[in-house]
Amino acid sequence: MAERSLLRVENLTTQFDVPSKGFFKPPLTLTAVNNVSFDLSEGRTLGIVGESGCGKSTLGRSILRLLKAQKGRILWQGRNLLDLSDEEMRAARRDMQIIFQDPIASLDPRMTVGDIIAEPLTVFEPKLNRAQRAERVQEIMAAVGLVPEMINRYPHEFSGGQAQRIGIARAVITRPKLIICDEPVSALDVSIQGQVITLLRKLRKEFGLTLIFISHDLSVVRLISDDVLVLYLGKVVEAGDCATVFDKPAHPYTQALFSAAPIPDPKLARGRQRIRLQGDPPSPLNPPKGCVFSPRCWKATDICRTEMPLSEEVRPGQTAACYHIER
Amino acid sequence: MILNPAKRELLAAELLEAEGLSPVSRSLTRDALRRLCRNKAAVASIIVLTLLVLVAFIGPYLIPFGYEDPDWAAFRSPPSFADGHYFGTDPNGRDLLARVLYGTRVSLAVALTATLVSVVIGVLYGAISGYMGGRVDAVMMRFVDIMYAFPYILFVILLMVIFGRNVYLLFAAIGALEWLTMARIVRGQTLSLKQREFIEAARASGQKPLKIITRHIIPNLVGPVVIFAALTVPEIIATESFLSYLGFGVQEPLTSLGTLISEGTDAMESMPWLLVFPAGFLVALLLSLLFIGDGLRDAFDPRDR
Amino acid sequence: MQKDIKNDTLLELKDYSISFRTPEGEVKAVSNMNLTVKRGERIAIVGESGSGKSQTFLGIMGLLAKNGRTSGQALLEGRDVLALKPRELDHVRGKDMAMVFQDPMTALNPSLKISRQLTEQLEVHRGFTARAASNEALDMLKRVGIPDPSRRFNLYPHELSGGMRQRIVIAMALLTKPKLLIADEPTTALDVTIQAQILDLFNDLTAEMNTALVMITHDLGVVAGLADRVAVMYAGRIVEEAPVDELFENPAHPYTAALHASIPRPDQDVDQLAVIPGRPPNLQHLPKGCSFSPRCPLVQNDCIDAAPRLDVQAPRHLAACFHAFPRLEEVLTNG
Repeated sequence: MAERSLLRVENLTTQFDVPSKGFFKPPLTLTAVNNVSFDLSEGRTLGIVGESGCGKSTLGRSILRLLKAQKGRILWQGRNLLDLSDEEMRAARRDMQIIFQDPIASLDPRMTVGDIIAEPLTVFEPKLNRAQRAERVQEIMAAVGLVPEMINRYPHEFSGGQAQRIGIARAVITRPKLIICDEPVSALDVSIQGQVITLLRKLRKEFGLTLIFISHDLSVVRLISDDVLVLYLGKVVEAGDCATVFDKPAHPYTQALFSAAPIPDPKLARGRQRIRLQGDPPSPLNPPKGCVFSPRCWKATDICRTEMPLSEEVRPGQTAACYHIER
Repeated sequence: MILNPAKRELLAAELLEAEGLSPVSRSLTRDALRRLCRNKAAVASIIVLTLLVLVAFIGPYLIPFGYEDPDWAAFRSPPSFADGHYFGTDPNGRDLLARVLYGTRVSLAVALTATLVSVVIGVLYGAISGYMGGRVDAVMMRFVDIMYAFPYILFVILLMVIFGRNVYLLFAAIGALEWLTMARIVRGQTLSLKQREFIEAARASGQKPLKIITRHIIPNLVGPVVIFAALTVPEIIATESFLSYLGFGVQEPLTSLGTLISEGTDAMESMPWLLVFPAGFLVALLLSLLFIGDGLRDAFDPRDR
Repeated sequence: MQKDIKNDTLLELKDYSISFRTPEGEVKAVSNMNLTVKRGERIAIVGESGSGKSQTFLGIMGLLAKNGRTSGQALLEGRDVLALKPRELDHVRGKDMAMVFQDPMTALNPSLKISRQLTEQLEVHRGFTARAASNEALDMLKRVGIPDPSRRFNLYPHELSGGMRQRIVIAMALLTKPKLLIADEPTTALDVTIQAQILDLFNDLTAEMNTALVMITHDLGVVAGLADRVAVMYAGRIVEEAPVDELFENPAHPYTAALHASIPRPDQDVDQLAVIPGRPPNLQHLPKGCSFSPRCPLVQNDCIDAAPRLDVQAPRHLAACFHAFPRLEEVLTNG
């Protein structure tokens, strides 16, 4: 039953320097990802949820070393990605790809669709000649539901949904092992979202992909993920098997989050006991002392405000970082 | 209740076609060119410019007079159809029309070469500086800043004084200074391009930095570069004319529009045609280039996309 | 006019259409729409791109782009707002109708303090004095849940978060105690927990002030939590209209059914997700018959030949379809 661990992230921390308001003040440190750890097995899909400022996008990019993490380890197939040289890292990218949120912005407006999709091939399979590349591109276009004849069109000629398919084609053409999907459907119309999610599920099965699915949309995360990580202000507040976490959230923030998510059923919506959170999420520039969620938490006590709780097991397959876990 | 899948597919195909996938693929450059053609001032200027260039390069073969041969029969003669000197002659008896055409050629050659030099150096320098960022960028840009602070004209004059009035040196000197602004512009554009998602996507695809610069950044600079180049050409012609006017430009017997204007200004009261014709050509050249540059800027304007 | 004051119809759209003049020809964004909104009622307008849901209400507010033209009637308490002169419309717009947009910066002037923007409304539309206006504005800020309102009163918009800005825009809209509040995707750009707070706000305040609420959204979850009645729009027309419970339990139009079956839920595992093939309609090339026919899983011959009208299919339940009330199995395509 033990699946191979494909990616193991340990104590990852990514920080940025932000210029401070005063003229002579030193720059402030923004900790976007704060001591995040998780283990991802081959073939599983990990959903990462959280609201703006929680660091989920930064986490995704840090894993791929598109952003440089300051502390921690990223163990990919046994090697720590943070130790690799630029050259070695570039080679490793063959197996780890990304799909972006804004489909059209992620495509070079001056390149044809064929060239865009073929770019990873020019990097990792340079021996292919033009005809072979074109064949591979058309093959993958068909797999993602694009008409192969459109190979010479330009990105601005496509709708959002089609552009996202192009992005997906580019990401899978080298048959990577891991794909990080950064809010891939948030910018699309509702009826198109379903199409793209269905496509991702199909490709996942066909190519045996391992996915990290980052989204603020809980419904979509529930649909596609096996496991889930809940982030708040850069920290993992809860983690575990998707169905368990969604049905029996242990951390107050997770409870509040799920309670706030709209349910497309009027009777259920009316009968709901809603947890109403006060105020806005704090700024990552000025994180609260102790537990990051304490200022808005209705269960907060003195210890919550002094020291950040460590992650502990709630039940098999679920962990949460809270002094007042609800079991 | 009969389903009609065939009819529905036909309909779907029809609608998909109609949904704007034109039979011919429209690249952004083609879109821009289309917009340019709709700009009347730009189109008129392109026509004028083409005529001027043609005339400047072919004209001299059609005129019986050379640009440096004095016509002993006609010194300082005003324009007339009778003796064949349509623009008149100068104090040395040389046909003004021939000189103006020749001068235009020289001015254009200087401008085009200098622009080419400035584009090539400026784009590479700016793109590398902008993409590399950090210390490399800081050092490269400080160098540009220092160069910028140089009193430009003095520098050119200094070169002229040291190395003599060599036409090629003139090209090089002007080009060597124009690239600074091009580099700055390109660097600025590169900085904003760097933030765009498709560059991140290229990095995620494992592409090497130099390849990213040449495949992704430089092609996306086409708009601003072309516009700036188009607006640089008139500036260079004007600068060259200015230098020639001061006496630092091309030497005899070569001539340029600037030199002609300089000579014309001296004799303005007695032989006005010596000023009017070269000046007229210069103005026509500059205006048409400026309108084309403006038109290009509007055509490439991202707001329209 | 007397009978309209007695009856509780607030807004009535009659044969309402909007068209835009474009270089490629005339595009009809909204076609012959009929809709009634009662006082204090909460109606959700659901649709995707090209449905015309936003344009409908921008047209009523007089905020259409320059190349847009309205036709038909939009009767607010019996008065056709489409026929009003700009100055009269300004007056109605500030006092009786208000609109809140997805981006709060649409309504906020970045160079003016919040205080000024709030009090201006009251001074101009309701003739308050400066002091009275300030007090009323502060009061409203408290009611919309802005913590420490007196301090925030003197800030500029950029000094506040997105959620705060949206609250202020709602405060501005409600200050003049309008009879009709139109909210166009007001929470789409906000985080889930903030969205919940803002939706609660809409709920509570409109109930308190008996303001009719038109909530334009694409999110069926938002609809379920807020609306009394729902109108589903597609390609510029209303294709279904029903009380909210009815609409979810028993959708009459295949588009509604397919939409409902194609969205995942946070509270349940969904194994079969319906997929609606194709793309949102291109208004310049609509089919002759039903505009949903190219994508409809139940399309038949008659759907392609003629466009169905919005008809009563069940008590208080209208739909524009010749084959209303599809069964769920018919709607699910291979997922």
